[in-house]
Parts: sequence; structure tokens; C-alpha cells
Amino acid sequence: MTDAAATANDAHTPAETPAARDLFSKFDALIAEREALLATGVRDPFAIVMDEVKSPTQAVIKGKDTILLGTYNYMGMTFDPDVVAAGKKALDEFGAGTTGSRVLNGTYQGHAEVETALREFYGTSGAMVFSTGYQANLGVISTLAGKGDYVILDADSHASIYDGCFLGDAEIVRFRHNSVEDLAKRLARLPADALKLVVLEGVYSMLGDVAPLPEMVAAIRQHPNCMILVDEAHGMGFFGEHGRGVYEEQGVEADVDFVVGTFSKSVGTVGGFCVSNHPKFEILRLVCRPYVFTASLPPSVVATAATSIRKLMHAGEKRVHLWKNSKRLHKGLTDLGFTLGTKTPQSAIIAVILTDQRQAVAMWQTLLELGLYVNMARPPATPAGTFLLRCSLCAEHSDAQVEQIIGMFETAGKATGSIR
Amino acid sequence: MPRFDGKIFTIMTDRTDIFDSIATQVAPFNKKGVALTEATTFAGDLEWDSLTVMDFVAAIEDEFDIIITMNMQAEIETVGQLVDAVAKLKTA
Repeated sequence: MTDAAATANDAHTPAETPAARDLFSKFDALIAEREALLATGVRDPFAIVMDEVKSPTQAVIKGKDTILLGTYNYMGMTFDPDVVAAGKKALDEFGAGTTGSRVLNGTYQGHAEVETALREFYGTSGAMVFSTGYQANLGVISTLAGKGDYVILDADSHASIYDGCFLGDAEIVRFRHNSVEDLAKRLARLPADALKLVVLEGVYSMLGDVAPLPEMVAAIRQHPNCMILVDEAHGMGFFGEHGRGVYEEQGVEADVDFVVGTFSKSVGTVGGFCVSNHPKFEILRLVCRPYVFTASLPPSVVATAATSIRKLMHAGEKRVHLWKNSKRLHKGLTDLGFTLGTKTPQSAIIAVILTDQRQAVAMWQTLLELGLYVNMARPPATPAGTFLLRCSLCAEHSDAQVEQIIGMFETAGKATGSIR
Repeated sequence: MPRFDGKIFTIMTDRTDIFDSIATQVAPFNKKGVALTEATTFAGDLEWDSLTVMDFVAAIEDEFDIIITMNMQAEIETVGQLVDAVAKLKTA
């Protein structure tokens, strides 16, 4: 008998000796912080349950009718009758799930159709659909940039971009958020013959600010061997003549090699994708692990996505109304004295910056009690250690709802001392 | 067996210079006024969070005109290790 086995009966599990150190010990500070916060009597901002969802802009939370202002459901497609009908039909005809990888038994006619819809929407020769937007970044970045290559990314990049870097073997270089100068300096210091992938986002989701893509593209094109990927998760549907994203609106389509996006925002369901005109793009299907080693999207999901994408091609009026809503809320909150993430309205995300966690949670809870749901965001997800209430507008918010929202912010802001 | 000939002396001076430059860059982020030695750790002694580290690394990169990739940053825990990394990157 080994010593370990001989003493096994004396061993105590961590549950028996609470002070014992185990793999969860590193979370102790966070556990204590949360317990202290919840002990003040506030509701947990990260444990909301929507008991009923009535429309893209309305839900019932704990029996209370609540306006949704934190869903990224920009174009309100979740309840579009054509989209819902397409999902039901696919559910009936193709069943609940595929139970397989895209490269084995998991590609149905619907998966091919949604990729066709994406190629038409983006005007590209290639389109590849992943099971989530997170996996799209994870897969594309980790597969494209290999050992000895470089990924250059913005410091405020989404977690999926960082995780794509960590999954791969490339060297990772980051530059200060939206700084063309910082990007140019770093590119100049890298070996000219090394292959590079520069990853940018059209809209940065925490503050809702937009990237200066033409200036960045110009800086990148000073250097050889660079490919450019733009994540348009928050730009799709809303920016550009065809709703392709910020890169379309800013006129840099010819210079962008890859666009990554998601179905879980403007498209109104779940899934992720990458589109490109690269002639060898299709090979990624065989070498991209987050594409190969996971089950494909259910037939109902790809059917709703394809229908929604085709409708977004002709959603000019919705885009106009979403802009109107975003501008009105930005002005309303600015006039009330709130500090916002951007001085001018740049996207459908409006971030209210608060001083600390206590104020942010108090404000968040007061809004919820008034019947308004917004996202609370805290470090490390937020830039520069800020506490934010992040609002995202929907094209389906009525003018009256936006006025009601501004009124709720006034009441909550005064009640919590966030504004005077 | 290395001796203090001209070449070694140059490297020693470089190392001191690098330490001094790094100390200058640390100063604005050294809120607690921790005395800096080669053994000072960024996370433990200086109590820097990831955002502070990012700003500091950008400042070091610009000061020495180098790139410290995130892969390299993961290996650097002390001021001494940073001095070594900068010395290596400068000669590369």
C-alpha cells in the first residue's frame, strides 16, 4: 500500500475544513466581494431571470412588466413573424438538433442556406457558420495565426478575441484602444517578413465607440504581410448602406480580409460566422478546431438566421428609427447630467459611467424596480476599471418608450444621488 | 571564466541604465511608493492590476522602442526579469 493510500482515510474534504486551500481558493476575494454586496440587500445583477418575454422590448421579471434596454437585439428580429415561422417549419421538418459536427453529419440544407444568405448579404465568395460568435473568433484567430506569426489587437478587444489569441500559437501584440499612432508604432517594430493578422472591431461593446477604420487601415497598409479582420458583432444590421457594418459605412470594404460576426445581436438568434473573399477560405473548415469539434447549430436556428439576414438586407427604415432612438437617448441622458461612454452618439450602445460598484448597483436596481432592464458591467470586462450601466437600443423601441426610459433614468439618478 | 574586461563592463552599465529607465517608468504607477529592487514583483509588491500592467508595458515599449509580446509578458514577474527581457530585446 502506498503512503497516499494509507493516509487517505485521514484526508478531509475542503467542505469539512472550510479554511483549507483548494482549487477554488483563488476565487475567495470575488466570493467575499459578492457576499458583501448582496448583504446590503441589493439584487444580484448577474442572476436575472426573464419569466416571460413579450416582445423584443418587453419582458416580465419577477412579475413586473419591464422594458428591455440591454439585449443587443438591435433590429428586433427575435419576434419577427417570418423569422419565427421559418424556425417552426425547420423544427417540424428537420427536428430539434443535428447531433453532429459541421464536417460530419451536422451540415443540413439549412446550414448551406444560411451561408448562402451571408455570402449575398456581405457580397463575399466565402462564408462559414460557427455555433456561436465566441467560437467564430476563437476558431478564426487561432487557426489563421500560427507559430511565428503575429496577432495585433486593440487593448479593449472582446474576450473572444483574446481567447482566440490564447488558443493559438502566435505572438500577441496589443495597442492602446483605437490609437492609430500606437498601432503604427507597434507594426513598425515587428519583423517585416513575419505574417500578421490585425484584429479590429467596428463597434466596441463596452462604451459603444466606433473604430477609426480608414486611418487604421492606412497605417496597416504601410507594412507588408498584414491581413485585417474586423469583428462586426455590434455593427451588423445597423451600419452601412447594406447593413454590413462599420467597415462598410466607413468605406474600407476592399481592405478588409475577414469579417467576423454573430447571429445573437441584430440577427436575433444564436450563432457566429466569418466571411471572406480569400480563394483558400474553404480549407478553414477542415483545420479550424472550434468549427470541427463541436455540434452544429439546430435546424430551427439556422432557418431563423437565414430568414432574418435576408430581411436585414432591406431594413433601411428600421436603421433610421434605431439611429433616431440612439440619438434621443444619448441627448436625454446627457441633458440629465449623466456621464456617457461617448460624447456623441456613435452606435446603438449608450454606456452610463458611474463612480463605483455601490452606485452602479443601486442605480441598476432602482431602474429595475421602475421597470427597466439595463446591463451592469464591471471590471475586468470594462475599460479603465469603470462601472457601467450599458444600454442598447432596439429599432422596435417606440418614441414613447424612449421618453419613458429617460424619465426612469431621471427618477433613479436622483434617488441614488447619481445626478443632482 | 568572464572577467571585467571592456565588454562585460558595457553590459553591466547597460543593465544599470535599463534598470534606471524602468524605475522612471514605474514611478507614475507606483502609488504606494514601494522601494524598487530587481526582486520587486509587479502583481505582488506593486499590486498592479491587468489594466495598469497594460499601460506600463506600453510605456516601456515606447521608451526602448521594442515589443514585449503578451506571450513574453506572461513570463515576467519581477523588475529584474523585465530588465533581462529589455536587454535581450534591445540587442535582438
